[in-house]
Amino acid sequence: MDILTGWGGRIRGLFADTKGPWGSSGSDGGDDASPSGGDGGKSGNPWGDAPKRGRRPGLGGANVSSLDDLLRRGRARFGGDGGGLPGRPAGSLIIWAIVAALLLWLISTSFHAISPGQRGVVTQFGRYSRTLGPGVSFTLPSPIEQVTKLDVENIRSIDMGAEGSDDLMLTGDQNLLDLAYSVRWNIANPERYLFQMDQPDETIREVAESSMRAVISQVSLNDAMGDRRAEIETQVAENMQRILNSYRSGIQVQGIAIKQADPPDAVNDAFKQVTAAQQDAQTYINNANAYALQLGQKAQGEATSFDKVYEQYKLAPDVTRKRMYYETMEQVLSKVDKTIVEAPGVNSYLPLPQLQKGQQPPQPERAQ
Amino acid sequence: MIDSIRRHPLIAVVVAFLALFILLGSFPIIPETKQAVVVRFGKPVRILGRYEAGRPIGGAGAGISWRIPFVEQLVWIDKRVQNVDMQRQQVLSTDQRRLQVDAFARYRIVDPLLMYIRAGNEQQLTEQLRPILGSEVRNELGRIEFAQLLTPERQGIMNDVRTSLNRIALQYGVEVLDVRIKRTDLPDGAPLSSAFDRMRTAREQEARSIRAEGAKRAAIIQAEADANAAKTYAASFGKDPDFYDFYRAMQSYRSTFVGEANKPVASTTVVLSPQNDYLKEFSGRAR
Repeated sequence: MDILTGWGGRIRGLFADTKGPWGSSGSDGGDDASPSGGDGGKSGNPWGDAPKRGRRPGLGGANVSSLDDLLRRGRARFGGDGGGLPGRPAGSLIIWAIVAALLLWLISTSFHAISPGQRGVVTQFGRYSRTLGPGVSFTLPSPIEQVTKLDVENIRSIDMGAEGSDDLMLTGDQNLLDLAYSVRWNIANPERYLFQMDQPDETIREVAESSMRAVISQVSLNDAMGDRRAEIETQVAENMQRILNSYRSGIQVQGIAIKQADPPDAVNDAFKQVTAAQQDAQTYINNANAYALQLGQKAQGEATSFDKVYEQYKLAPDVTRKRMYYETMEQVLSKVDKTIVEAPGVNSYLPLPQLQKGQQPPQPERAQ
Repeated sequence: MIDSIRRHPLIAVVVAFLALFILLGSFPIIPETKQAVVVRFGKPVRILGRYEAGRPIGGAGAGISWRIPFVEQLVWIDKRVQNVDMQRQQVLSTDQRRLQVDAFARYRIVDPLLMYIRAGNEQQLTEQLRPILGSEVRNELGRIEFAQLLTPERQGIMNDVRTSLNRIALQYGVEVLDVRIKRTDLPDGAPLSSAFDRMRTAREQEARSIRAEGAKRAAIIQAEADANAAKTYAASFGKDPDFYDFYRAMQSYRSTFVGEANKPVASTTVVLSPQNDYLKEFSGRAR
């Protein structure tokens, strides 16, 4: 039974490959069994419409009637008078139809246009025979040789550890890390890719996950979140490539990109505190620096002005001293209220200046 | 003949297809990805397209073959590298810490006959390999410490797992290529939350030490600035302490009693006695 389905798939493939000589459009019931040959001329695809392709040939009636249909149509096309009866002798037409179908099938399964970036893997009766490069190539027709086209240049990307989900990894210092990354890869060896691995995509996923976790488990959390990311990416890519090569998978890892390496949500606040603390510490230092600058300038300014004055003072110490004294006292005493008491031991009970000021509201003053 | 076909096209077509099937059934195509056990009335007789290590792709093996239709059946067995995923296992390390481990193994069926006899089909093979993989992983990992699991040595441990799994798998005609840990996670609940707590406290500690470090450096900078200023003052004022005293006193009076434009001082009343030095000229030169 297994072999039957095997052949069935083959034949199905053949039918799928071969467009009907009358195209697949305009199908108005290809399996119409009534012998109306005249109308048959515009009926559809000789193999029926799409769902019927899946049917095993020789078992259902559909294929048989489709063939009938084909014969009828053939007659109609090659000068059939439209009223053809079943069983009407028209041997040459049948042969013509068969030849035409064969020809079409030969052409469609022997010519292969391989676009740039693609490779065509040719199998001859199931055995790998060669790989076709870009361009138009010829092979033997379908049951003998089959071509599987693969995109080799196209770099595919697999996203691992979706953003937002809590996919935690253990780091070397036994912390947890929420990591999202993507793997870029392409096919380096199409025949190996086709024939060596059962589920290449799934394999890449698992190898990526395994390699990433192995590398992360050897670095500390801070390294993984910080400046060693690039190093981790290369290391994982190398690791993956080594493992995939050991499977002879024909897959080339182009690179790993870490998109997100964050602490888990549960402890994110604590990590933000660290950032805040770093800002705070910097603020302290900035303030201290500003203070230092200010103080230094002030000291220099005062010292320099003292030096200048002292230079002059040295030239005439006595006079300068007196001058400075009087000038200062003048300024001071001109601004303050003054009371001069003649006799020693006599206190002024009345604050004379206050009386003199008359209507001015008394100001709150410290006791004299 | 042609006449009879014309008369009974339906029957003819059925007959033709039957003939085609018998023909095709006699010459099965062995694809590169498969091998087949030929079973004659339930008894395996030979193997088509058997995997052989080192044989290049496109070498002998795959291709067209033959069988006796209806008598011999083909059992298809995959030739490619396949994957068996372990169910998540809880592993207890020697230091009594729990860990959730996910592992996978890659294998290839190298002896399809043995595999057909022992396991029947590929699905059953996977079903049988999976628990074996699980128990091997658990056994080997149970022998080491938690911290060791996170070190490069763990690949060596996985090689041990591979060796012992391979020993069992060979009985099924299977060669194990590789066993790898996919993920190691802390189990949910207490271990996970305590790990979070540890991370949190570690970060809080780090935050504090960063602040303290910043404060320390700020204090040092300020002290240095103070010292520098003192040095500058001393170098300058030290030339004449007596004059400095006078000079500073004058400055001080001015700023105390007069103030500056933007910093007015509270009004002050000064009571002077005529003996004051400033008023010494009040009494006239004759004194």
